Amino acid sequence: MSPKTLYDKIWDAHVAHEAEDGTCLLYIDRHLVHEVTSPQAFEGLRMTGRKVRAPEKTIAVPDHNVPTTLDRAKGIENKESRIQVEALDKNAKEFGVHYYPVSDVRQGIVHIVGPEQGWTLPGMTVVCGDSHTATHGAFGALAHGIGTSEVEHVLATQTLIQKKSKNMKVEITGKLNPGVTAKDITLAVIGETGTAGGTGYVIEYTGEAIRSLSMEGRMTVCNMAIEGGARAGLIAPDETTFNYVKGRPHAPKGGQFEQALEYWKTLFTDEGAVFDKTITLKGEDIQPVVTWGTSPEDVLPITGVVPNPEDFEGGKVEAARRSIEYMGLTPGQKLTDIEIDTVFIGSCTNGRIEDFRAVAEVVKGKKIKDGMRAMIVPGSGLVRAQAEEEGLADIFKEAGFEWRLAGCSMCLAMNPDQLSEGERCAATSNRNFEGRQGYKGRTHLVSPAMAAAAALTGKLTDIRDLL
Amino acid sequence: MEKFQKLTGIAAPMPLVNIDTDMIIPKVFLKSIQRTGFGVNLFDEMRYNRDGTEIEDFVLNKPQYRNTEILVAGDNFGCGSSREHAPWAIADFGIKCVVSTSFADIFFNNCFKNGILPIVLPQETVDLLMSDAEKGENARMTVDLEAQEITTSDGEVIKFDVDPHRKHCLLEGLDDIGQTMQKEASIDAFEATANASRPWV
Repeated sequence: MSPKTLYDKIWDAHVAHEAEDGTCLLYIDRHLVHEVTSPQAFEGLRMTGRKVRAPEKTIAVPDHNVPTTLDRAKGIENKESRIQVEALDKNAKEFGVHYYPVSDVRQGIVHIVGPEQGWTLPGMTVVCGDSHTATHGAFGALAHGIGTSEVEHVLATQTLIQKKSKNMKVEITGKLNPGVTAKDITLAVIGETGTAGGTGYVIEYTGEAIRSLSMEGRMTVCNMAIEGGARAGLIAPDETTFNYVKGRPHAPKGGQFEQALEYWKTLFTDEGAVFDKTITLKGEDIQPVVTWGTSPEDVLPITGVVPNPEDFEGGKVEAARRSIEYMGLTPGQKLTDIEIDTVFIGSCTNGRIEDFRAVAEVVKGKKIKDGMRAMIVPGSGLVRAQAEEEGLADIFKEAGFEWRLAGCSMCLAMNPDQLSEGERCAATSNRNFEGRQGYKGRTHLVSPAMAAAAALTGKLTDIRDLL
Repeated sequence: MEKFQKLTGIAAPMPLVNIDTDMIIPKVFLKSIQRTGFGVNLFDEMRYNRDGTEIEDFVLNKPQYRNTEILVAGDNFGCGSSREHAPWAIADFGIKCVVSTSFADIFFNNCFKNGILPIVLPQETVDLLMSDAEKGENARMTVDLEAQEITTSDGEVIKFDVDPHRKHCLLEGLDDIGQTMQKEASIDAFEATANASRPWV
């Protein structure tokens, strides 16, 4: 048998039907659902009299529209947001899928809830009507975002019409220097490949620096595979993965765990398997990074300066000029001179316990800058509970941060957490698009530690200066 | 789904690269639970001032491009979110075909589910179409899916590639779910085998 990549193996194990032209029906093991991209899909089922084929493999949780303020039990003020969440309440009940409503302590961002509850397991296919489904690839699961028509297709048939992508390897060798995190790795990779560099590929992240990451860090890396254009990101499961999964509510137990483990240990890229494209970065070369523009590929080390649009080529010249104007920056300006109004720490990229530990380490016993608006939003109710138990929440509150309830919050401004016009934010989220965090809002993507540092100094700050 | 066979219409140039889904339809407009009505907010932040008045020099606001049916766009069009509201807004506006050097993967898929034909062409060909589109109302291109040809306003014919299965579905306006359900026996068989070998799933 010819050697296979990890992606080849998972793909082959899920092809339920293959047409002559190579179009496949890929069987889906887990379908995650949230309130924004599902109402039209459930409505489609109702209109055609179809059922959800595998409700036991379908997990729904509201996250995008949910307010994160402590008074949210009083309900959602915005009528349209409320209608979307109510539609999910109704659809989950009517179609009999697993559901974590807003009132449930396990509620949170769908990509944090899935792994936390043990729904996401190695070797699975996982889809969700959300591009950041790539997150689940950290477990060695083939996971990607789909549109609403495909959500309906998976609900009805538990399959997805797919053609196989190409294989790409992203290797991060060696060790990371102090102050450099999983977020810096994933941003540095996008800086290298561009936001279209992964188009048509599934990326497998390998190398010592990836192996050394915790599951939380691996999820951060895979989460942003989509920002590099890739269909999915994957990391082969290992002891770190197995230890994380074991004992989770929906992970296999006892003898079945052992049986699963035996299978999971076969999930790696065979020696000699061919990748269509390979990119290698040295872990030692990666620095703490920050985005300066309105595309995740606009990445530079924090020691850099705002670039000149003329330094780019082709259509990127105009895009860079537009970005710099939108962001209110000047070419040549030092990134560490950029003053910040707001700090947002959270999202499916960096809303997990390890992210909050990193923040606590930076801000412990200190105060955020006067006038700074700074919020920390846990990725799930359980992350919030754990942070409180570990005393992190007290550190945040003493430093001057708002400590919120779980949800997508300011990552995408579909809920009350938004930037106002011209407001500049250091964010641990995943997109710095125009208007992403609010109309004319300005976003600089950073790691949790760098966001914490910016909250203290009021400027984009090299975390290494505070270590 | 509406069929896509042959289209002759006005093409609008949008040379900006990396036009993302938040530009196509900002998230504040994602709160509908319907599939229609998004066209009025297509490219909202580029198209309107905060007070709701139109930004005059945005391409689709110019008189000659108000009835645009074909968009010629910069590289990596549709990057970002999986929101199908992006193609819904494009279709609702009346645009049925988008041409670029590359598209983001999920957006590309979503187009085909909504009767929109995304066409990938090399840079120099997109440049040629971009110049043609800049002629405004005089640039009426023809996109013939059956023949896989674009004819420019000057009569120049450009061939394009399209996946045969997707071409078939667009030409016939076929619904994916109905087609997949005809393969239910294969899905049942796969499920039975998978349940036996990986019972923990």
